[in-house]
Amino acid sequence: MNFGFTQEQDLLRDQVRRFLDDNCAMPEVRKIMKQPSGVSADLWQQMADLGLLGLIIPAEFGGVGLFWEDLIVVLEETGRSLFPSPFISTTLAASTLVELGNAAQKKKWLPEIASGNTIAACAILDEHDCPQLDNITLAISSERTLTGDKSFVPDAGIADLFLVAFRDGDELALALIARDEPGVDTSTTATMDESKRTGTLKLDNVSIDASNLLQCDGKAMTRLLDKGSVAVTAEMIGAAETVLEMTTQYAKDRIQFGHPIGKYQGVKHRLAEIYLDIESFKSLLYYAAWTIDQSPDELSRSASIAKAYASDAFVAIGIEGVQLHGAIGFTAEYDVQLFLKRSKWARPMFGDSDYHYERIAALGGL
Amino acid sequence: MDFEYTQEEQAFRQEVRDFLDKNLPPWEQRGPGFMAEWLKKVRGKCWVGFSWPKEVGGGGGNIMEQVILKEEMARRRAPALGTCFMGLAWVGPGIIKYGTEEQKQRFIPEILDSKYQWCTGYSEPNVGSDLASLQCKAVRDGDSYVINGTKIWTSLAPFADWISMLVRTDNSSESKHEGITSLLVKLDSPGIDIQPIENMAGASIFAQIFFDNVRVPVENRLGEEGKGWEVTISSLANERSSIGEVTAMYEKLENLKELIKKARKNGKPARKDVGVRRRIAEFESRIEAMRLNGLRYLTKQIKGEPLSSETSVNKLHRALLEIDMTDFAVDILGQAGLQLSGQEEAVDHGRWATAALSWPDVVIGGGTPNIQKNIVAERILGLPKD
Repeated sequence: MNFGFTQEQDLLRDQVRRFLDDNCAMPEVRKIMKQPSGVSADLWQQMADLGLLGLIIPAEFGGVGLFWEDLIVVLEETGRSLFPSPFISTTLAASTLVELGNAAQKKKWLPEIASGNTIAACAILDEHDCPQLDNITLAISSERTLTGDKSFVPDAGIADLFLVAFRDGDELALALIARDEPGVDTSTTATMDESKRTGTLKLDNVSIDASNLLQCDGKAMTRLLDKGSVAVTAEMIGAAETVLEMTTQYAKDRIQFGHPIGKYQGVKHRLAEIYLDIESFKSLLYYAAWTIDQSPDELSRSASIAKAYASDAFVAIGIEGVQLHGAIGFTAEYDVQLFLKRSKWARPMFGDSDYHYERIAALGGL
Repeated sequence: MDFEYTQEEQAFRQEVRDFLDKNLPPWEQRGPGFMAEWLKKVRGKCWVGFSWPKEVGGGGGNIMEQVILKEEMARRRAPALGTCFMGLAWVGPGIIKYGTEEQKQRFIPEILDSKYQWCTGYSEPNVGSDLASLQCKAVRDGDSYVINGTKIWTSLAPFADWISMLVRTDNSSESKHEGITSLLVKLDSPGIDIQPIENMAGASIFAQIFFDNVRVPVENRLGEEGKGWEVTISSLANERSSIGEVTAMYEKLENLKELIKKARKNGKPARKDVGVRRRIAEFESRIEAMRLNGLRYLTKQIKGEPLSSETSVNKLHRALLEIDMTDFAVDILGQAGLQLSGQEEAVDHGRWATAALSWPDVVIGGGTPNIQKNIVAERILGLPKD
């Protein structure tokens, strides 16, 4: 029995934290955020050089060959520093390719992803962002072409490669579509969280053949969405911990009525509750990440519990972080507000708490 | 990460399961002599005081074995391994750590044999969360201490034979933590008056105890005079990873689900109600968080890292779950949820109503939720003390 991280995983965490602290502290995050692409090509290349973009890609395809329990260590850190990048999208796409791609597809794309040359994104849902399989409505035509819009595709504007979900008759299917194929276009949507990008993937008569089809069915699609939940929840932990650190420090420093405000129970109890929630969704997340590779049958339940708990808790933490800072927390200049925006971004990603709690109830026999 | 059990651990789990298969008959088949028989058998296995050293008659079980034993017992809803509840939980560990050889030989076997009921005398009428300001006084007189004062909210006092209590033997020290002494007192001593207090569920489990010139031999002092605070803190910190509690909480969740399957909400089956489904799923998620927090803390213990105040996290989860789950059950049942145990027609024999009125037992005892939040904020987050 060992529900903790190995020495190697601790080292990985230290390495990523140092890399982000040195290269992407808050002023840099704000700078990248304001750029149209929303990503720093230079830092993305450094991520590749550190092996982070190929972390879960097998060594034979240019990766490091590690597992999701290692990946979440990195994701906690990217969340902690609000690192703006298409890391979740690309890694999720890579993980799916590893599992569902044929030899040629893997050989073509995985080394490109690991080396930082290809940014990938997943375009799964239609109409709205509820991650139910019946919300995949885009259908392939009898001429084997796809025409339609995929909205709310994370990192659509900068991705070179898309994993696109669609219906083929009664079956669900997943295709690899490169941006430079004829009929592919994207537009970017501005949202309140400028450190995350989303957009629309527009497909106009894009041909699909065996060479770009992945081995996908409903079960595999559900697994993809569950892994997305895990990835987002991991970033939520890091970000929530930063809010707790910032706000705790502020509560120690800020003097009112002759004492640090952290002496008052109205403040300290809220911070204790935040600690309790972070500890809890951290445990839930670590277990969910472990199930991805080690106990896949448990993944849906464990991912839903983690994402449901985190969705509510992190949003409350974002609000509380701003509120406990008083007026300064409300200013654009102060960083805590960026985390509130991140919490709003994270809540609906791969399903909000209503969706996941409903799923937990169903899985639990109700 | 690794959630596998070693071969030895699996073998021990099997041993416990086999024992339960053989010795734990279904509820309806348990006769009047069952409990005495059960206690003798688990005592024979050295599972009572399972974490205690073998020298004092305990089981010498390691952390993982303790967890496995608790899990299996809870899973099968086995009765307690001993009926000397406070003795096994707090008093025994205190005596093992601070007691004289004579005290160990005198008290520990009786605790393990469920011979006497113990209670613990901490709170006083004006002394609750701020325990160190206690005022019940003991004065040394020859070979005895003479106690005067009162203790209140003393759980199990109406049924107890002994009390392990804190008294003030010295008022002169600046620190209120100094000058407190721990005494083991026989409850039929002259000058003791026990007044049971009825709780809101109608049960009289706790009491106020009055001490009027009660003489206690000096050999019944636990630890040094004036150092009783240390003795208490160490026994209150006798922490567990709460694994057994989690198994019990999962049991309660299953019972709640069964209730939901029979109940109606807004004129429709409750199991189809969105709000009801969400509440149940929330409970499940919080219990699962408790389970996994417990496993993370257990891992720290196995690695030999000291557990600090993190266990307050699971205490808080447990407290809020006890309140919320029992209240939810009563709410779902509507008017029918108000019928208490003992009424023929009450749903599930009134279990839910009684539970909804009984949570303070676990929620208040051992530190209220607000005290747990203080502990987290001050000891973990380093915020200034009140």
